[in-house]
Amino acid sequence: MPEIFGIPSAALFGQLLIGLINGSFYALLSLGLAVIFGLLNIINFTHGAQYMLGAFCAYFLLSRLGVGYWWSLLIAPLAVGAFGVLVERTMLKPLYKLDHLYGLLLTFGLALVIQGLFRNEFGSSGLPYPIAKELTGGHNLGFMFLPNYRAWVIVASLVTCVATWFVIERTRLGSYLRAATENPALVQAFGINVPRMITLTYGFGVALAALAGVMAAPIYQVSPQMGADLIIVVFAVVVIGGMGSIMGSIVTGFGLGVIEGLTKVFYPEASNTVIFIIMAIVLLIKPAGLFGAQR
Amino acid sequence: MSAVSKLSAAMGLALAAMGAPLVANGQVSDGVIKIGVLSDMSSLYADIGGPGSVVAARMAVEDYGAAKKGMKVEIVSADHQNKPDVGSAIARQWYDVDKVDVIVDVPTSSVALAVSEVTKQKGKAFLVSGAASSDLTGKACSPNTVHWTYDTWMLANGTGSAIVKSGGNTWFFITADYAFGHALERDTEQVVLKNGGKVLGKVRHPLNAQDFSSFLLQAQSSKAKIIGLANAGGDTINSIKQAAEFGIVERGQNLAGMLVFISDVHGLGLTTAQGLIFTETFYWDLNDQTRAFAKRFAPQNNNKYPTMVQAGVYSAVLHYLKAVEAGKTDDGTKVVAKMKEMPTDDPLFGKGRIRADGRKLHPAYLVEVKKPVESKGPYDYYKIRSQIPADQAFRPEKEGGCSLVK
Repeated sequence: MPEIFGIPSAALFGQLLIGLINGSFYALLSLGLAVIFGLLNIINFTHGAQYMLGAFCAYFLLSRLGVGYWWSLLIAPLAVGAFGVLVERTMLKPLYKLDHLYGLLLTFGLALVIQGLFRNEFGSSGLPYPIAKELTGGHNLGFMFLPNYRAWVIVASLVTCVATWFVIERTRLGSYLRAATENPALVQAFGINVPRMITLTYGFGVALAALAGVMAAPIYQVSPQMGADLIIVVFAVVVIGGMGSIMGSIVTGFGLGVIEGLTKVFYPEASNTVIFIIMAIVLLIKPAGLFGAQR
Repeated sequence: MSAVSKLSAAMGLALAAMGAPLVANGQVSDGVIKIGVLSDMSSLYADIGGPGSVVAARMAVEDYGAAKKGMKVEIVSADHQNKPDVGSAIARQWYDVDKVDVIVDVPTSSVALAVSEVTKQKGKAFLVSGAASSDLTGKACSPNTVHWTYDTWMLANGTGSAIVKSGGNTWFFITADYAFGHALERDTEQVVLKNGGKVLGKVRHPLNAQDFSSFLLQAQSSKAKIIGLANAGGDTINSIKQAAEFGIVERGQNLAGMLVFISDVHGLGLTTAQGLIFTETFYWDLNDQTRAFAKRFAPQNNNKYPTMVQAGVYSAVLHYLKAVEAGKTDDGTKVVAKMKEMPTDDPLFGKGRIRADGRKLHPAYLVEVKKPVESKGPYDYYKIRSQIPADQAFRPEKEGGCSLVK
């Protein structure tokens, strides 16, 4: 078998693919963050908790109401998104005029409260959530066994990311959104309800987090802590990609997933630090991030 | 100060003195026995020890009848966040400022090793239930530390030898990259080699990792018959869950969870966990006494049944209080010596003793997780495959390299 740096190439392909799968989650989550930061200027630290809420929502739907995975993919983001709208209306709105730091503190505190409440109620070892029947099993690709569910995660995440990018960068609605961030007063003068648009944008970003949560439920544990562990990495992804850059967050999400996957082969002990090392290097060389515009 | 308040203050003092005969003869420092439950309260091990350990300690104090005996016992608790620096800082503050006499539980071996060192310096007592590293009674043993519930040698010996003997003779380890994982991997490797097996490879993952597919893939390409999971809590749950997804077992490899708790099985669900074999020292459905304990414990712990770690906290605190009473002192070094001198006896672990190196001895059980159809009620999860007698369950005293053993 041919080898690359002492690792059989077949194994390496497998690791690349797994990196892409993990990258899908990074991309989905950082996308939501980028949308919220880019259009609202809020650093949404509740994102991890909202991702967790998505997974729990799927769990409740299944265990209490018997609603399966596919409907959860729709219902959970809507429900959690509605919660996001409520948060934006009642708590975030008064903070727009203030420094970024206030939004950050509020969302961070909110995340702690939500996670604490869930931990109190459900403990830390997590709850079981099965893979949907249609997606169990897998295919042997020759170099690795690819579970169907993981293949689905890559596809679903890519589609969501590209669709979001398209809506924001290429449609009329997207152009309103971008204009509203540049100059809200002027856009309002054209008869567009800017506050409502902003609220819905936040709800959408939150729904993206919940969607990622539902997709994560069958493969990671559904536990109150699941978002807190991930969110730090995702923030690093956003910083590397450039705060607020939609394309940046998608590309770096997938890219860093792959880099992390390779680290797990060559030097597994560093696999949870490698992203931060990259972040430090990127910040030194390009402080606005790889895709960020200097403001 | 008014006359009335002077009077009531005096009465209060008098009452306090009458209520605590141990204080009267000046043996228990500051009149209160303060038990500090130091655990992971919020992260991946919180269901193994955590708030449930506080419940267990409180039940032990009640069952001992401390109030009736006139002993004043207080329980405090804190979250060490699985960080050795945080854990030893809390231990120092508890000992120096808050007058804590004994620390119990402390999952996460790296934290437990740090707290054991602090306890020795301060001459207090440390009853380990949650941590696993056999070094606590080996090269890092201390006259102030008792290692209660289980350890890595016991797990390796119980689970490892049973698996190698039933044909699983080639191993690949997925190991948590800190003191506990290393100790568990080392102890299991010894058992595998001793029984004629081979270790084909190992990979170390950071504590609290999310995704194990990469490590599982490496294990898969090693072609080892057994994938040994030298990790715990959420890490084990994720490994097992993802191994099922990647069809590891269907394709002829088997998993050996070296350390699995009942809370992990609960989190996995029987569909995923069925057939797993591992070693425990406590199961709630062993006998009438353990069942009665679980029935009282669960309602106080969000209906979660006790793990062996929480049962160990109960049993350790009970024995500690007996030793304080018998020795008429709460001086850490003296109480631990007394604890080793007295035979242990409690409803959960039965009769046993504590060795010179600080190892508590009791039987261990090789258990198998039931199939979903075999489970009759909540937490009805295990079949007991065999019992390992106390004198064989733990590492022989001479082999640990503890300086206290002569």
